[in-house]
Amino acid sequence: MTKVAVTVNGTRHEADVEPRTLLVYFLRNELGLQGTNVGCDTSSCGACTVLLDGESVKSCTVLAVQADGCEVTTVEGLAQGEELHPVQQAFHEQHALQCGYCTPGFVMAAVSLLKENPNPTEEEIRLGLEGNLCRCTGYHNIVRAVQAAAKAGA
Amino acid sequence: MIPAQFEYERAGSVDEAVELLGSEDAKALAGGHSLIPLLRLRFARPALLVDVGRLDDLRYVREDGDRVAIGALSRHADLARDAVLAQHCALVASVAAGIGDPQVRHRGTIGGSVAHADPASDFATVLLTLDAELVARGPGGERTIAASDFFTGPFETALGAQELLTEIRVPKVSAGTYLKHTRRAQDWATVGVAAARVNGGVHVGLASMGTTPVRATAVESALAGGASSTDAAAHAAEGTSPPSDVNGSAAYRAHLAQVLVRRALEAI
Repeated sequence: MTKVAVTVNGTRHEADVEPRTLLVYFLRNELGLQGTNVGCDTSSCGACTVLLDGESVKSCTVLAVQADGCEVTTVEGLAQGEELHPVQQAFHEQHALQCGYCTPGFVMAAVSLLKENPNPTEEEIRLGLEGNLCRCTGYHNIVRAVQAAAKAGA
Repeated sequence: MIPAQFEYERAGSVDEAVELLGSEDAKALAGGHSLIPLLRLRFARPALLVDVGRLDDLRYVREDGDRVAIGALSRHADLARDAVLAQHCALVASVAAGIGDPQVRHRGTIGGSVAHADPASDFATVLLTLDAELVARGPGGERTIAASDFFTGPFETALGAQELLTEIRVPKVSAGTYLKHTRRAQDWATVGVAAARVNGGVHVGLASMGTTPVRATAVESALAGGASSTDAAAHAAEGTSPPSDVNGSAAYRAHLAQVLVRRALEAI
């Protein structure tokens, strides 16, 4: 077992983990934060996207030990109390989801994208979300939501 | 899918990493975006992972005479927006910007990608095309390996078990391009083609056209003999042994190589 200290959504957590523990399972099973979904399990779909030190990563392809000493933000960490994060609000208003399984990953990828590029073109949004798959193929509204969030100053 | 068990050590310095890599069945872990998928499929089952991901002194890009030196732990995302590369070897920056997807580029490193040596690797192909030099540190000190000697087989390199790739040196080039065809946005290249003007000649390299990245030597000779881009590109598949797999047959890849080589030559 290896000791890790990870700050998740502003709260520091210390735990003993097996080195092979993937970050996504650390978040879901150790910390009970089940907003982050496991989709493809092969680093392809992006459903498990979280922010690691502010940047989007696929948490199924990061070991918990690699996140030791880092800050992680999951979808649970975006809202301020009752107030949704502008990207969440935009996904809600633009109906940027169908079954919703991919949504936490898309929201986190969009937050990271807008941090790096606050005013993306439609093409930049589509390219910026290429690491996330929506099996319902609801991409148009997702792109609209990111545009709306950018306008709202996310 | 959960990896098999392994021990884990985080190296605090290159020397410590080299020492740790001396343990039996140890493997270096950088960003993990080639290795962790293999661990999860249990294609790789090392006894010890040596995490070199915090060796921040291996993250840099700097001019080095007529070359640009790139620290092996530079992430794709950092290289994509690096000002030194943009000025002196924009080809490497543009390749970095097209690897995988944003999440992959936030974690993956040039050194990890190259040491992994996937025959479809964008970076490996470009480094071979540029006649890059790769610097490795081992127990006996440092040595420099030519890219042409580095890729020895599929997922095999000239690195010794106890050697760590520390730096990549590429020539300053003004004209270069990398084109790849993928079935889906984030896929590995079905075929990738790098072309660049290096030291007065045109170099052309191919990804996914053999068990390692290869140089399109027949194209290069034709160009040196004065052939047009179209005529030279017709030689793109000569001497190659492309695989047939779910992404395409060998014949399809041979055709694709000709088309992409022609387009790449017209672009530089």
